[in-house]
This record gives sequence, C-alpha cells and structure tokens, in this order.
Amino acid sequence: MPCRFRSELRRELLDVVGVEDLGPYRLLRVKRRRLESGVPGQFFMLAPPGRLLPRPMSLSLATRSELGFLIDPVGPGTKALTGVVRVERLNVLGPLGNGFRLDVERPLLVGGGIGVAPFPYLSERLGRPPAVLGFRSEAHAEAAALIPNAEVVVEPRLVTEAIPAGHDVLACGPEPMLRAVADLSPGAQLAWEAPMACGYGACYGCAVEIGGALKRLCVEGPVLEHAA
Amino acid sequence: MILNASGCLDALTAPEVVQSLDAFVTKTVTPLPREGNQPVRIAETDLGMLNSIGLANPGIDGFLADTLPRVLDLGVPVWVSVGGFAAREYADVCARLDDKPLAAIELNVSCPNVSSPEEEVEEIVAVARAATTKTLYAKLSPSVPDVGAAAAAAARAGADGLTLVNTIRGLALDERTLEPKLGPGVGGLSGPALRPIALAAVFTAYRATGLPIVGVGGVETGAHGLDLIAAGASAFALGTVLFADPEAPLRVSEELEREASARGFATPLAAYAAAHGGPPPTPLRRVA
Repeated sequence: MPCRFRSELRRELLDVVGVEDLGPYRLLRVKRRRLESGVPGQFFMLAPPGRLLPRPMSLSLATRSELGFLIDPVGPGTKALTGVVRVERLNVLGPLGNGFRLDVERPLLVGGGIGVAPFPYLSERLGRPPAVLGFRSEAHAEAAALIPNAEVVVEPRLVTEAIPAGHDVLACGPEPMLRAVADLSPGAQLAWEAPMACGYGACYGCAVEIGGALKRLCVEGPVLEHAA
Repeated sequence: MILNASGCLDALTAPEVVQSLDAFVTKTVTPLPREGNQPVRIAETDLGMLNSIGLANPGIDGFLADTLPRVLDLGVPVWVSVGGFAAREYADVCARLDDKPLAAIELNVSCPNVSSPEEEVEEIVAVARAATTKTLYAKLSPSVPDVGAAAAAAARAGADGLTLVNTIRGLALDERTLEPKLGPGVGGLSGPALRPIALAAVFTAYRATGLPIVGVGGVETGAHGLDLIAAGASAFALGTVLFADPEAPLRVSEELEREASARGFATPLAAYAAAHGGPPPTPLRRVA
C-alpha cells in the first residue's frame, strides 16, 4: 500500500460569523482559520449544508480573521449557503484557479449583477480604482455599497454604455456582458463563470467556449485575458 | 483497494489526491483527441449529479507522449481506461498500451454520454483481450435487462475482472425555463442515487462470474465501501465524493477499517461476499 498523506488542497471547516442582506444578495462571513485569501478573482468551493456538490464563490472580502462571500440566493445551493446561522460551520476549499493580474496601469472594474462579488477585495488590492457596475434593479444595486468609486447603472442602461476609454478593464458578470466588454476593450481581463463540481481540475465540468475553444475555467481561469 | 472512478480525477491537476489512492484510474483514452461535449456539462440533482463530459481526452498519441509519463512518475499503480466507437478502436488502443508499466486496462464499454460502440460487450472484450496481455477489466453499465448476463459475456470473452457500475442516463430541467440543464440534454447520473444500483449489480455479477470486481457507485463513507465488498467487490472506487472532498480517500480508508472491525472482521476484505451467505461460489481469483 502506498503511503497516504493529506492533500495539499487546503480545505477547512469554518465557523459562520454571520449573513447580512444587501438588497436581494447576501454577504456570508466565515472565520478564515488557516485559509489564504489568494489573489482577487480566485475562488473557493463552499459546501452548502445538505447538498451533494460544493459551489464556487469568488472571495469578496478578506480581513485578518474573516473571509466574506457575496452570494445571490437563487438555487438550492446558494439558498442553503446563505441560510446558515452563526453556530454552523461550512467546509471551504481554496483559494483555487487563476485570479486577476494586478500589474495594470489604469484599472477599471466593470461588473454586472452578482459579478461584482470579487470587486470589494479587488478594489482594495488595486488602491480603490474607478468601477462601473450594472444591476437589474435599484434593490440589486445596494451591493455597490461594498465597492468604492463606483458608477452605478441600472437596467435598461447597460454597463457597456458607461465604460470610459483608455483603461485596463477587469470585468466580471454574465456571459453576454463579458462578450460585449471583450468587443469594446481588447485585452480586458474577464472573470468567467460555469457550473463546477470540483473546482480543482478533476471533473472537466466547467468548460466554457471562449475564442472557439473549450476552456476548463477552474484550472485555466476563471480569469482569462481576452486576446487583443 | 481504494481507487478513483475513471473520469473523476486528473492526476496532473491533483497529484496529491492520486497519491492518496491505492491505484489511479485515468480518464478514458480514445484513439483520437476529443474536446468533449458542449457545455453545460454538470448539474446537481436531488440525490446525485449529472455529467456530460463526453470523454474529453488528448487521444492515445498525446496520452502516451505527455500524460502517461507524468502519471507514472507519481508512483501509484496506474489503470488506463480505454474507450472507442468500434471494437477495433479498443483493440488498437490496448495494443499501444501493452508494453507500458500499467497495473490494468479498464475497457469503458458503458459511457452514457457518447454513441455506443458498434459491437456488443463480448466482442469488444474479445478483441481487446487478443491485443493485450495486461490485466483487463470491463466497466459495465447497470442499464441493461440482465447485468449478470453482461458480466458473464465479458468473462467468456476473457476479462480478468469487472468494474460495476458506470453512470446511468438522467435528465434535469431548469426550474424556470423547463429546458434541459445540460448542453447535450441528458447526462450520466452519479452519486448517492447509484448506491443501491451498484450494490445490486455487483451482487449479481459476482454470482454470475466470480470474477474480481471493482465496485463503483455513490460511495461516500467506509460503510458504503464495506457494503460493496460484502456484495462481492474485491475493491471499490470513489467518484462523485471526490468533487466535494478531495481528502475522501484517506477518510474512507480509515472508516473502512473501523467499520470492518466493528462487525468483527479482521480486515475489510474478510467481509468479501458476506452478503451471499456462506463461502463465495468461486474462489477469489485475484484481488484488484
């Protein structure tokens, strides 16, 4: 029998600190224990109580003692994750994947809906750059309170109508928004999303067609630089 | 005695998980490279998950040149899963693998996410058997009227062992649009929903053949693994549980020892075929 040793993938059972409402979104805060916060745009797999598969969530906030995840409770997994209370604990694996490249000269954050989730942490790491954030309603736009120097647009206006020229764009949002941003801003860094089972390259489930090829987001992304 | 289910682990992205197993089973290798099926590829269900990956792999040339050397470097016994769309394709890939230091070849004749091979299981196993001297397992589907007959056919054709079960076809619809969640429509169901199905298939195939069996299907704990051993498996594999818990091999191994001991068995394998009541109908030929 070969020797067994624990995986270098870091998975911890973390205490829930609290869950706060931000419009329809919820901010889940957990004790961070030994987990690294990673690079903004990297993600963690959070195991919802009572569900089979963990859910990928990018990190929204990192303090010395806590990690925070902004979550849109739309399905059974995200509802279970945001339905936890203080005495509960959650299994969290990460950080995983490739985050944003931070060596940019004139950063501009462009986000849509729950795609703003990584931006509080990203903004802090980039020195509070300007941001353009799009939401489907005023209620959803309450999440913009987490991100400094943000211009907020609400549908029917789209973020792509509010992107100033001459910036290094770092974007996260729904796929149509990312594809539109890519057309407007060649060289933009885009954070993609797909259903994931594992988050560490095992299942091949998170493939997304980008530039005519299927990319495994958990190991090749989720942040990918759009070819200029 | 604890393996991973083919398709559920990539040695190159998670080598440390591979090294926590007793043997590593590769993703299925086909003659030509395959990009795999169009997204969306996975969806959770109430008691399991659906996948439609579609045998994404570099093809046998890329596998031999790039993947296999790096997998072998990990120092864990390697099983290569082989796929194809015709019996001669299985035979070709097996022949290319015949001089490699593998522990076994597993014929994937049961993927629910690609077209079925032209021939029946017996013919595929027979031509693969003729192409390789390696230990040869056939991975069978439980979605047949008589899994015992399928197992017996594989045994007649020269399989050294059986892997049971592969996923079975399932469908999940988007709650709002009622359209299929997966890009290709249907996919393969895995996870806890498969447990009783896998147990029945192992139990039946063991009675029909007495061959060594790798039990697969919804194992999450040592107790689940012990059930498969009792049903007639000489090893078992972890699949879906690896996605949520990459440390599952270590945990399940520890639990397995405890569960066997709690039932008075000196080792987990001492529970082999216990569900059949009395001694095994045929001797255990070779433990995987």
